[in-house]
Amino acid sequence: MSKLIMNRRGLLKTGAAVGAGMAMPTILTAAGHAGYTNAPTGSTVTLGFNVPQTGAYADEGADELRAYELAVKHLNGQGDGGMMNTFSSKELKGNGILGKEVAFVTGDTQTKSDAARASAQSMIQKDGAVMITGGSSSGVAIAVQGLCQEAGVIFMAGLTHSNDTTGKDKKANGFRHFFNGYMSAAALAPVLAEMYGTDRTAYHLTADYTWGWTQQESIQAATEAKGWQTAANVLTPLTTTDFSSYVAPVLNSGADVLVLNHYGGNMINSLTSAVQFGLRDKMVNGKNFEIVVPLYSRLMARGAGENVKGIFGSTNWHWSLQDEGSKAFVKSFGEEYGFPPSQAAHTVYCQTLLYADACERAGTHNPCGVAEALEGFTFSGLGNGEVEYRAEDHQCFKDVLVVKGKENPTSEFDLLEVVQVTPRAQVEYAVDHPMFAGGALGACNAGG
Amino acid sequence: MNLMKDRFLLIIFACVVLAAPLIFAPTGAAYPDLLQRFAIYGIFAIGFNILFGLTGYLSFGHAAFLGVGSYSAVWMFKLLSMNIVPALLLSIVVAGVFSLLIGYVSLRRSGIYFSILTLALAQMSYNLAYSVLTPLTNGETGLQLRLDDARVLDAAGDAGSLPSTNFFGLEMKEVFWNPTVFGYDLQFNWGYYVCAILLIASFWISIRIFRSPFGLMLRAVKTNQTRLNYTGISSRPYTLAAFVISGMFAGLAGGLLASMDPLAGAERMQWTVGGEVVLMVVLGGMGTLIGPILGAVFIKYFENIFSKINDGVLHGWFAIMPEWLDNAMVVIISPFVGKGWHLTLGALFMLVVIFLPGGLVDGAKRIGRVITGANRRAAKVGIE
Repeated sequence: MSKLIMNRRGLLKTGAAVGAGMAMPTILTAAGHAGYTNAPTGSTVTLGFNVPQTGAYADEGADELRAYELAVKHLNGQGDGGMMNTFSSKELKGNGILGKEVAFVTGDTQTKSDAARASAQSMIQKDGAVMITGGSSSGVAIAVQGLCQEAGVIFMAGLTHSNDTTGKDKKANGFRHFFNGYMSAAALAPVLAEMYGTDRTAYHLTADYTWGWTQQESIQAATEAKGWQTAANVLTPLTTTDFSSYVAPVLNSGADVLVLNHYGGNMINSLTSAVQFGLRDKMVNGKNFEIVVPLYSRLMARGAGENVKGIFGSTNWHWSLQDEGSKAFVKSFGEEYGFPPSQAAHTVYCQTLLYADACERAGTHNPCGVAEALEGFTFSGLGNGEVEYRAEDHQCFKDVLVVKGKENPTSEFDLLEVVQVTPRAQVEYAVDHPMFAGGALGACNAGG
Repeated sequence: MNLMKDRFLLIIFACVVLAAPLIFAPTGAAYPDLLQRFAIYGIFAIGFNILFGLTGYLSFGHAAFLGVGSYSAVWMFKLLSMNIVPALLLSIVVAGVFSLLIGYVSLRRSGIYFSILTLALAQMSYNLAYSVLTPLTNGETGLQLRLDDARVLDAAGDAGSLPSTNFFGLEMKEVFWNPTVFGYDLQFNWGYYVCAILLIASFWISIRIFRSPFGLMLRAVKTNQTRLNYTGISSRPYTLAAFVISGMFAGLAGGLLASMDPLAGAERMQWTVGGEVVLMVVLGGMGTLIGPILGAVFIKYFENIFSKINDGVLHGWFAIMPEWLDNAMVVIISPFVGKGWHLTLGALFMLVVIFLPGGLVDGAKRIGRVITGANRRAAKVGIE
């Protein structure tokens, strides 16, 4: 009998030993009680880079991570400084943030809200991150933004294009540099009306989550304002990989334009499906059948290959831009990794610099101080011309690029051409615009 | 005697669980969020083990109950109160009713047909939550608290920020004691202790079920159901009861997940979550008392700690080596950590299933046998 007890006891001990065996050198940062969450006490300040490394948006996540690492290098005074040299604010000296060296931790969001929150939570509680940034899906970005608000750290949103991120789900601790669905639609609709006429009928395939919904709503409203009609809107799950059953009914619907409210791997698959069905060679209602992809990226264009030629869309930024900031960024990114950065890389690089700059200007890492420094901040030299962080919803307002798949690409990166730089005034909206109403920023939370 | 032994086991278990913030400190896992997950998935696995470990019915659908529990809890936070008690009660009840429905349908078959039925029903629930029931579940974005929620029982709080979940005023996210022991910064958190006490209670319930005549009947179902039926006993009420009990455990776990972090997403209902709990139980040792909890801790540790090891961290480990060796080690190891954590977990799972069919508990027993055997031999030598 005693032997059995020994075994159980031994077993429990083994359980503990298994845990101890997996021990690894981990520095537990003191939580600190300097009045706000994770106040940096040592000689370093930790940032949390929370990006999808697996799942539909893994390509974007990988490129984001490259840009984050580059930004950290530049902030710590290594490399050529990139856009720090062209940035209109000159607070950043290459000596870290407020004299503290920038350290970072990374995590995998798996493009799932739960996993992303667990990952962000461990960055905050275990690694002592004072700012979380990342996300390649609006669902995830909104979930993590909510967490950061409750925990009392700043969230610098990465690639998130849903209206809701700075609309009904906006938070006082969350900031977005990237543009949104409304802006895409407002920039794209006039170009579409000009190219394809005003008597078109659109069929929408929409990724079934917050980004897809708001993107579709925006583009439908903007095109209908130009006289277009909407035949149908079909929601597709984010995890769909085979879109043939969604594409097949399009031709019989009487529509002559297919709008793909898809991003990343989804868009690559749905566009390929649509082209394989021969949609682009068809004539409907006496007009050429057209496909539109409201949110474009170079990574997607590369994935979809030949199929993107001549297809219109919008982006936040493109590496072929010729302003000083873009050139400096493309140069230092290219020297580091051997290819030009994507728009995802650009926006997260900007976000990291903007955060660091706001800390310098505020003279503190305290999220409330940083938020105050970011609100209403106007800057230039980061590749998008004059930009303003609007205080009321923490959304950046700037020019939007309308792009088209290049007919004769010269390299595997030269896939998109900029058709038009839509000025900021044309894509701006009121804070209480119906598509953005319903939420409240609330008060900034510094935790503590 | 048996009772004494069980009490002893329970006391040891309780001590380990309550001291977890200290015990796990050297492993880097001792932060509230992960400890809470250990305890919550431990509860989930304990419940699953009552079905799978005792009756041998392999359900792939338990993620549905976890998800239903989470949604119920978040709705309770939105409508009624931020106190976790009503939320947890509703989670358990709703998951219980839901598992009664699913169990009633799927327990008409056994073996692989049962597994497929549960998988299908769970996948159906996932798709419902993901798209059709969007007003109730908020689809892919997940159900979240909002500033303008009703919360009829709560006094109006600070208008600018969301109230936090609490147990009669004890805030779940609050770290109530923050000492530094042996250079480790320990975080004792209310949320973890709520989870821990419920884990201990669940463990006790599990012991009672394992030792009861009801538990014996469940084992009989696993051993030879046909024979049981021939002796004139209908096994279905027993299996259904086990199914509902394990569903309620899953509901409690789901409710706790939402209590610790008030968000419920459809991915919590995906079949991968249901598969994960199967892995936990098999890895730890199915049909054993402690095994499922070990398995849960093991898998959650991998998911949260291993996935965080990036090249920078690896370079830090091998910094003392010459640079070429440092780089070579990082190249060799990096595919297995960070985003490659699934690979390591998969390999370990295969090794365990092949060489330790009884899971980690089996491994511990073997080691124990080697040690005690060696001791006995040593003692013998001493006598001679």
